[in-house]
Amino acid sequence: MNALHDLLSHPSGRIGGLILIVYLLLALAGIVALVPYDPVAQFPAARLQAPDAAHIMGTDLFGRDVFSRLAVGVRTSFVIAVASVAIAGLIGTVIGLLAAWWGSWRDSLLMRLMDVFLAFPAILLALLVVTVAGPGTLTTILAIAVVYTPIFARVARGPALSIKARDFVDAARTFGSSQFYILTRHLLLNLAAPLTVQATLALSWALLTEAALSFLGLGTQPPAPSLGLMLSESRNLMEFAPWLLAFPGLAIMLGVMGFNLLGDALRDVVDPRTRSARA
Amino acid sequence: MSPASSETPAPLLSVRDLAVGFGRGPADREVVHGVGFEVQPRETLAIVGESGSGKTVTALSINRLIDHAGGRILRGRMLFRRGDQTDLDLAQAPPHEMRHIRGAEIGMIFQEPMTSLNPVHQVGHQIAESFVLHHGLSTRAALRRARDALDRVRIPDAERRMRDYPHQLSGGMRQRVMIAIALACAPRLLIADEPTTALDVTIQAQIVALLAQLRDEIGMAVIFITHDMGLVAEVADRVLVMRNGAVVERGELDRVFDRPSHPYTRELLDSVPHFRRGQAVRAPRDGDRPAAEPGHATPPAAGTGPAAAARTPVLSVRDLSVRFPVRAGLLRRVVGVVRAVDGVDFDLVAGETLAIVGESGCGKTTIARAILGLVRPARGAVSIARPAGDRQDATRIVQMVFQDPLASLNPRLTMRSLLAEPVIATGAGVGDATVDHMVELLRRVGLPRDCLDRYPHQFSGGERQRLCIARSLMTNPHVVILDEAVSALDVSIQAQVLDLLMELQAERGLAYLFISHDMAVVERVAHRVTVMFAGQVVEVGSAACVLARPAHSYTRRLIAAVPSVDRAQRRRHFALDTSEPPSLLRPADYEPPPAIWRRLEQDHVVRAET
Repeated sequence: MNALHDLLSHPSGRIGGLILIVYLLLALAGIVALVPYDPVAQFPAARLQAPDAAHIMGTDLFGRDVFSRLAVGVRTSFVIAVASVAIAGLIGTVIGLLAAWWGSWRDSLLMRLMDVFLAFPAILLALLVVTVAGPGTLTTILAIAVVYTPIFARVARGPALSIKARDFVDAARTFGSSQFYILTRHLLLNLAAPLTVQATLALSWALLTEAALSFLGLGTQPPAPSLGLMLSESRNLMEFAPWLLAFPGLAIMLGVMGFNLLGDALRDVVDPRTRSARA
Repeated sequence: MSPASSETPAPLLSVRDLAVGFGRGPADREVVHGVGFEVQPRETLAIVGESGSGKTVTALSINRLIDHAGGRILRGRMLFRRGDQTDLDLAQAPPHEMRHIRGAEIGMIFQEPMTSLNPVHQVGHQIAESFVLHHGLSTRAALRRARDALDRVRIPDAERRMRDYPHQLSGGMRQRVMIAIALACAPRLLIADEPTTALDVTIQAQIVALLAQLRDEIGMAVIFITHDMGLVAEVADRVLVMRNGAVVERGELDRVFDRPSHPYTRELLDSVPHFRRGQAVRAPRDGDRPAAEPGHATPPAAGTGPAAAARTPVLSVRDLSVRFPVRAGLLRRVVGVVRAVDGVDFDLVAGETLAIVGESGCGKTTIARAILGLVRPARGAVSIARPAGDRQDATRIVQMVFQDPLASLNPRLTMRSLLAEPVIATGAGVGDATVDHMVELLRRVGLPRDCLDRYPHQFSGGERQRLCIARSLMTNPHVVILDEAVSALDVSIQAQVLDLLMELQAERGLAYLFISHDMAVVERVAHRVTVMFAGQVVEVGSAACVLARPAHSYTRRLIAAVPSVDRAQRRRHFALDTSEPPSLLRPADYEPPPAIWRRLEQDHVVRAET
């Protein structure tokens, strides 16, 4: 509770939190289909209408309501981002933790493997996964998870190595505590702070990567809406119907910014050094 | 106030009503409240106090390093008599003037020489930097002066040491380099902030002796900050006792030590475990150890004495050796071994405290880790006696308390989880009985029940060590290994924790393996003493024999180096000895010559020196 209070009294935390709450509401609206129009229903009579009272964000080339598509698109993006970061966080943390715990050749093996993944540009690696497995929501989640797993492995391994050398881990060994107990109660618990920060930042990258994949036609498949797809569909109409680009573009930008600001604030809040500096 | 009255010489430094605060509203967070003192030329003033007494803040205010540590001087004057006989108020001096004063007129040495030296520069260059900055010398001339400075602090083979990096030097050497840097420009005042706290006692004696000699050579004044009353007795001309940011007593050394006027000074002097050369050892535990001594042949012919069986040890260690391989080269081949522990034997009997004393790196802690199975011995055996019918793991019977209580408690767990861990580790569930046991142990170590739901950082250092002791007793062990368990505590708290440990021992018949470098503490708690040097046992015996009549040259050196507040021992001067401890690194196939032991008394054996 104290941490939450600190987070909300941090300026970036407040702005980031506000943006994300708006997004969450939007995504919720998308999930329960609480949108003014069916996002895939086409109304040829109402093509390319500028924003007005009936369509607050206007309509696209097929007369579909942009606001409805945006809400559902935000939902899709969120689900993909959260799911992929959750998978990456879980696998990456386990790999990093075990590498640090085992040490020696197993550590080298695991981390060199992670380095190989890290050596590829994120989009290229995701493209590779999607090309092999075929496009779709599930593959998008997997592709993004593969890209971010090594980052979590690194973030977990560094602090885990230093915690492993601390007296309380030695003390636990003198009690004869099981490895599982030491790994979860002593190592993982002390990794909670850096991993939370990393997860928040990874969410913003995941959002961006998902948009990029959809833009390239390898993520969400039409006619289902997605932010990247909406940009891609309307890029030829930029001069006639700028709102088609502006709203999804803005949505991506604000989403990424929201996660980034929240991540920055979290980093300040969980780091005792910056916390005391602000006090 | 006139700093220079006609009859007394003008003080070098005169501090009046100094107040220092921290943070954004420094006036609200005042930590030093109106401190005043004077330092005469060529004298040593010792500032003593426990942690948090404001002694370091006071010292850092004098050379205004406090500005960089987030502090503010709120009021007061600090008149410093400069080399050209003008007075300067250090509290008001502008930064550029302070930069010149620091180093040129006021030198400072810190507690931890490793962190004060830059690890990526050769030490010669680090000393030379001072000459370049303050005297504008050319690099070559500065390096020549640096070599002289190393000679002055008695570093052997200074020419070669110039090119060493800090990590290649031992702790004592590094502190000598720091002193060389601080004295490079022959300052008129040297501030030494706990300069020997991180060092072993024999090295401490060397550094203190060196400082005393240099003080006389250069003719500077010294402000010596320490928490160690024994050390004060050794170095100081006058003493300033601080508590909670205020001066409680000041005066001549002999007056303060012999007739302390403030109760706190008396308390400090009383709580310091004074080393009394074996006169203050605990009463031998007669009764439960009848006629055991003749057969107690620990290192020589271990366990062969006829009475060896009579004293059924709870823990016995035979010929324990721990080696760490040293690898080098492209193929990481083993080129040698560090013989950290080499052929150590001892027995530990219920209700007895066996102290292992020795300096850092002598292998004391490695023995503890080997007993607990944290390192694998290269040779030898550790056998732990279990009560009949007890099939539980040996870890239940032997528990350990670490030096730093904060570091040995996971900061993210409540005391309830922390105390439960040893029980969970034995495979037992945590039920009401366990919680009752926790509450009972907490009560026993003097802590209230409600601390079960608090986190480690919510306790003081002494309380945390009590919690660690309670945790080690959760499984009802027979043996507790205390690895420098009171070394990190303030003296007054140290005394309380030692008393608690001895009470617990009497109640529960615990056997303690007490690892320490502090001879005074060892004298208070130990029944028997084992002295270690360079991985080997050099002397064993009852505490009374070993401490009163040390026979091995190393034990003698160790005991001679212990500071004492006794009148006769004050302001001793040691002969400077610049020898380095022997290296433990040996070729992989090295076998030491067999040890030859001499029995001096009934319960006192010593290793023959070659």
